[in-house]
Amino acid sequence: MELLVASAVGILTAAGIYLILRLRTFPVILGLSLLTYAVNVFLFATGRLAVGAPPVLNKYQEVAYADPLPQALVLTAIVISFGMTAVVVMIALGAYLSSKTDKINMTDDHTAGDDA
Amino acid sequence: MSLFLIAALPFLGAVFPALLIRAGRNASASAAGLTTLLAFVGLMLHAPAVLRGETIQARFDWLPGLGLNANFFLDGLGFLFATLILGIGLLIILYARFYLSRQDPMGQFYTYLLLFQGAMVGIVTSDNILLLLIFWELTSLSSFLLIGYWKHLPAGRQGARMALTVTGSGGLAMIGGMLILGNIAGSYDLTVILQNKELIQASPLYLPALILILLGCFTKSAQFPFHFWLPHAMAAPTPVSAYLHSATMVKAGIFLMARMWPALAGTPEWFYIVTTAGLITMVLGAVIALFKDDLKALLAFSTVSHLGLITMLLGFGTKAAAVAAVFHIINHATFKAALFMSAGIVDHEAHTRDIKRLGGLRHLMPVTFTIAMVASLSMAGIPPLNGFLSKEMMLEEASHTYWLDNPYIIPALATFAALFSAAYSFRFIAHVFFGPKRDDYPAQPHDPGFGMWAAPALLVVLVVLIGLFSGTLVGPVVQAAADAVTGSHPKVYLKLWHGVNPALIMSGIAVVGGILLLSLHRHVEALWNALPRPEAKAIFDKYIGALTLLADRVTAGVHNGAITRYGLIMVLFTTGISYLAFKTGTLPDATRAVQSVGALPVLGWIALVVATGFILLHHRNRLLALVLIGVVGLVVSLGFNYLSAPDLALTQISVEVVTIILMLLALNFLPKETPVESPVGTRLRDGAIAVAAGLGAGGLIYALMTRDFAADTISGFHLANSYKGGGGTNVVNVILVDFRGFDTFGEIIVLGIAAMVIYALTEAVLGSKVRAYLLNRTPDLPQAGDAHPLMMVVATRVMMPVALMVAAYIFFRGHNLPGGGFIAGLIAAIAIIMQYMASGFGWAADRQRFQYHAIIGSGVLIAAATGMGAWFNDMPFLTSAFGYITWAPLEKFEWATAALFDLGVFLAVVGAVLLTLESLSRFAWQPGITSEHAMDINPARDDDASKTEEGA
Repeated sequence: MELLVASAVGILTAAGIYLILRLRTFPVILGLSLLTYAVNVFLFATGRLAVGAPPVLNKYQEVAYADPLPQALVLTAIVISFGMTAVVVMIALGAYLSSKTDKINMTDDHTAGDDA
Repeated sequence: MSLFLIAALPFLGAVFPALLIRAGRNASASAAGLTTLLAFVGLMLHAPAVLRGETIQARFDWLPGLGLNANFFLDGLGFLFATLILGIGLLIILYARFYLSRQDPMGQFYTYLLLFQGAMVGIVTSDNILLLLIFWELTSLSSFLLIGYWKHLPAGRQGARMALTVTGSGGLAMIGGMLILGNIAGSYDLTVILQNKELIQASPLYLPALILILLGCFTKSAQFPFHFWLPHAMAAPTPVSAYLHSATMVKAGIFLMARMWPALAGTPEWFYIVTTAGLITMVLGAVIALFKDDLKALLAFSTVSHLGLITMLLGFGTKAAAVAAVFHIINHATFKAALFMSAGIVDHEAHTRDIKRLGGLRHLMPVTFTIAMVASLSMAGIPPLNGFLSKEMMLEEASHTYWLDNPYIIPALATFAALFSAAYSFRFIAHVFFGPKRDDYPAQPHDPGFGMWAAPALLVVLVVLIGLFSGTLVGPVVQAAADAVTGSHPKVYLKLWHGVNPALIMSGIAVVGGILLLSLHRHVEALWNALPRPEAKAIFDKYIGALTLLADRVTAGVHNGAITRYGLIMVLFTTGISYLAFKTGTLPDATRAVQSVGALPVLGWIALVVATGFILLHHRNRLLALVLIGVVGLVVSLGFNYLSAPDLALTQISVEVVTIILMLLALNFLPKETPVESPVGTRLRDGAIAVAAGLGAGGLIYALMTRDFAADTISGFHLANSYKGGGGTNVVNVILVDFRGFDTFGEIIVLGIAAMVIYALTEAVLGSKVRAYLLNRTPDLPQAGDAHPLMMVVATRVMMPVALMVAAYIFFRGHNLPGGGFIAGLIAAIAIIMQYMASGFGWAADRQRFQYHAIIGSGVLIAAATGMGAWFNDMPFLTSAFGYITWAPLEKFEWATAALFDLGVFLAVVGAVLLTLESLSRFAWQPGITSEHAMDINPARDDDASKTEEGA
């Protein structure tokens, strides 16, 4: 199980970074999303894996629980990453509409479009 | 009146002039004046006690952990300075009311002035050096505003910038010095520091602390080699110059040297640094002042010279010299403020302050002439005026001070400076007011109204009275201040006639020499102009220019617009740090057994890997990649669910929905394809980087998961206390709304800010030329024949209440079962977005009752109010309470304040998500795409058909 999660984190990270290195806004956004998954799963997994042990207290008997703390952290991280993605998307959209290019590096000749 | 109030009054009052300017200039000036008067009266109420030798204190522990306490104290020295600051402040307020013209924004002026005044009063009454530093920096900032008050003048802006650069960097040095000092003394309280002279002077860090503190004092008080900013600050309006350079700003450095005198003075280091700097400044300022044709520049260099004089006296380190320094502070403040105001009157009436264009004004402006003459004579050191007394004391002290065992250097140079001082003072009278009347003044000069000359006249009366009755009039204040400076009780002996002594002879040489020098002024000036001399401003500009260039180079090198470069720097840095941590840490053996896997996780894993692989293969087809991202997200949510994190699964899947919608909205306007542009080599390189990163991340988490926690975690505490302390069985939710409620509170604020940023960006982009482009844009993909299909419209409408019900259910069960405000908020937002999608933006916007901004705001406010509710039970912010309520006919149920907090979270999430998506949707809005009858399902009408025909 650990190997599956770890390899999934690795694959998502690698794919995310490869897409970010395409240096165009939309692949970067997709890459960031993949990277976000990877980071969230990574953080979640720092609490170690447990199957069938949700951290909802059982009043009737003593049972094992999964670590609730990383879960709480990751929950807010997911919501915040939505906010971050939204801002990045907005910036990408604004930049593309203003400059008519969706490249993210500004070192090329057409740094600013005619509509900027 | 409490010292807190006296120090706070100018700050509190600073609001009023700016507001009352709408009621007229008099109202604005009166507000400033009354505030200052009130503080002045409050100060005077303490006068009897202070003059008796008592110290008034007001203490308040602000940040005791840092040693930063809002402690104020008022002793003789602080009292003297506060009197000067507030008293001359009052006169300046009066003078400025008549000096400033109608075009000048007077409200701003008085607001700046009061801010500055408050900062100064704060400096002289602080009993904590950290607090003092805060006020110190505030004077730098507020004086920047005052000096640059005439924003339209380049000289004003440059002068303000130079003053801020010099005094600000000195202030930075002083922070270091003060921290060292506080460290040595073991306390940041001045009263403690001043009693630890031996400890401080014996410390090996004494010299660094001394140099750093003196850097702060010297820059502020314009001592050589930092004297050059002061003349450039003369670009300010004259009331500012009169205030800053007579009684306040530049005296702050003097004040601090006097304040620290008991702790720092008396050592050879102190003597040589302070005395030498003071001596050079005094001579240099006096010489340059004689050759300045601008009245204010003359006064500026004369101020530099007199500050040097006071610095030198403080540097002597003897008690008698300290008494002389204190006395000269009073005298200089009175005559110099009067002189600046007279110069301002001449400038105001004759429209020039160039001495070469003036002359013969004594009959045209008799009142101004009288004021200026008395003040100048005092500056020259003519008996019986007050300047004479303190200059005699200075010369007396100089006459028996040895510099490197040489008895002549200091007396000779002091006399030399006094000679030039006499010469420029006489020049101020002779070349401006005497001589023949001219007919080429830029404006016909005449005396101003009473309001304008009242303030300098009062000061000049003081100049005469202090000179004649020094012992009775200012003796007690000087005594109290000298006691405070020296930390003992020196004999203060102020009188006019001391008999024929070396000082009187030196004084006589200076006056006679001064008259002679002035009579030769034309020849000496020609000589002076022929001499090469360094121009301080040019050097400063060159130095600043080099710094700016360096900063530009560094910025351009690092910040070149290529995100790849920032990424590279960040990655290299973190990799380096991580490698260091890895090398220096220890890696224990794997202790946790790897868990076995069922078929289901493997299937999920395969789905994830395949989807990711297809994304990589087909990422150029952006829509397809987006769909596949959705698959990945789904697998991740299922994974969370499988691995005992139901809350995460619910959150992930609902966030997934809104994220995909968001990206679809954006993709509508972005290119649908990514072109092939990077060569194979680049792609291989990127692939190698990606694989390395993936192996690193995967390996790290694998290593982590197969080992036990290195230390006890705090999760056990949360599990044990979730029900007992937080009243909920869903530990994740209790952590969010209770244990870590403050974090969550911050999170929803961040989310709200993100939504606002998106809204603002939308406004900005749509306000630009982009709007025209969007309106005229033809979609690049074929559009759906029916934007709002009937089936979808009906389905979403039917689902809306159901979806909201689900949201409510998820919300209420959240405390005990998976759910809560975050998830409920996302579900509710999705329910509303469905209406936007199915029925159209216009239709949904028409039915929107509450603005999303307001929803976000109310969410944050509700969460904050819930948190603050705990205060009423004497509990810290966000302490939650819970209990059981019985409402017939319902069963007994549990209710926790955390639920109210969760409601705030819910509202903030709903508002933020909807504001974000609504903002993006507005890009797509075009006139004509909203159907008049989008949700009006009327089979009788056939306009859908007609539209399709048009489209076809």
